Amino acid sequence: MRVSPRTTERVAVGVLWVLASITFSVLAFILTYVLVHGLPHVTWTFLTRGPASMGREGGVLPMIVGTFLVAGLAVLIAAPIGVATAVYLTEYTREGRLTATIRFGADCLAGVPSIIFGLFGFVFFAITLKMGLSVLSGSLTLALMVLPTIIRTSEEAIRSVPYAFRDVSYGLGGTRWQTVTHVVLRSALPGISTGIVLSLGRSISETAAVMLTAGSALRLPRSLFDSTRTLALHFYILSREGISMPNAYATASVLIVAILALNLFAYWLMRRFVAKVGR
Amino acid sequence: MQQPRIAIGGFTACFNGKAVVKNLALEVEAHERLAIIGPSGSGKTTFLRCLNRLNDLDPSFSHSGKILRDGNDIYAPNVDVAELRRKIGMVYAVPVTLPWSIYDNLVYGLRLAGIRDKTKLDERVEAALRLAFLWDEVKDRMREPANVLSGGQQQRLCIARVLVLEPDVLILDEPCSGLDPISTAKIEDALVALKAQHSIVLVTNNTKQAARASDRTAFFLLGELVEVGATSQIFTRPAKQQTSDYLEGRFG
Repeated sequence: MRVSPRTTERVAVGVLWVLASITFSVLAFILTYVLVHGLPHVTWTFLTRGPASMGREGGVLPMIVGTFLVAGLAVLIAAPIGVATAVYLTEYTREGRLTATIRFGADCLAGVPSIIFGLFGFVFFAITLKMGLSVLSGSLTLALMVLPTIIRTSEEAIRSVPYAFRDVSYGLGGTRWQTVTHVVLRSALPGISTGIVLSLGRSISETAAVMLTAGSALRLPRSLFDSTRTLALHFYILSREGISMPNAYATASVLIVAILALNLFAYWLMRRFVAKVGR
Repeated sequence: MQQPRIAIGGFTACFNGKAVVKNLALEVEAHERLAIIGPSGSGKTTFLRCLNRLNDLDPSFSHSGKILRDGNDIYAPNVDVAELRRKIGMVYAVPVTLPWSIYDNLVYGLRLAGIRDKTKLDERVEAALRLAFLWDEVKDRMREPANVLSGGQQQRLCIARVLVLEPDVLILDEPCSGLDPISTAKIEDALVALKAQHSIVLVTNNTKQAARASDRTAFFLLGELVEVGATSQIFTRPAKQQTSDYLEGRFG
């Protein structure tokens, strides 16, 4: 017996709907679970005080500061390098063995587990370059880790700028550099910033790599050479060592809300920018 | 006898070593509209893109022979390519507006050339828009995004964007291919007026347009120039059999 196309269509819609809602409900479940357990413990004191007795008491202010320092610095380091690499690969060189090698290298780098980056950062930045367990070691390590993402997303964004735009710019007497900066990067900016925001989110939530490079100090970092503990790592230590589950969930809630707020802010910024450019 | 604005001699253009324009000899006078017709794949666009050295951007491109502009070889090593492209303004088949405002599109070429003075920018923009018969339609809409204009307006904007740079040669690659008859007529009218100050090279797939909007016509076939002559002569008494076959629609 043949199934009518209409039935197939209905079944397909149904199956797709179920699968999509599974994805969504898993996400919703995790978020609600963490927030329900954590938010009640997020008080003003929790946000503005340092921890006491290993985090059993007190708050997470040093971790908030540490997280944004490490992640922000990582992206500040990785973004210019990554975007420049993408520009070189797409606009300044012919496709060839060199570009293939760089691209292959970036893809391999993207697949390396973060703990390996952590180990490398520990050996290279912390020990060999004598930076110790510090904000700087941590952010340099994270920068290496998110570099492939920034390169690849920027490359895609740059490639999606219509070739005709470049023709117009060259035709009006633009040099390669003028064309890249005025037309290509300007048009690719939304895509590039998406990659950068993704990388920032990944840096904020990274645990293994920062544990080995930024350390786990509880104090507020005074300089880039101070050790610090990020929110993600604090959560890991609180729960893993059974110090305080309520505070662990509270920390997780702060982390989730921070990432959410960051994404919203980034989208707002991007839309404002696009509106301004497209005026 | 006046020196031709552009003189092409023994010019061959290759991609990956394969000749797309073969041993071309052709001249463009100072105030004429030269139409180039021929079936697709005849090398018309490649030829146009040689005039402002846009093909240089393709690494597989190579050439031999000479293109002289006012007597100077445009492929000579000391030529400022950016300056050359400003003076030989190109308009493409599809109107391509950059995703900015009408005004920003118009002044882009001037900004690239380092001109920042607001009064000067505004003057040039108005003059160019008037030449392109677009001033009245956009003078109050300079800050609107360029892509809200109709296709025909966008193409006239593209022409104005080139005219802002005060070029002496305009090269147009099938500028009306996607436009309706009224928009096409407006562009052809603009070309008549522009002839006074510019040399115009118009590639077109529309033989009727060549007949209407040019003084001389060149017929390209498979990368070679079959013949060139006064438009009235080419369309009534072509010298070569291939030309009359093409014009009567027997191929192409």
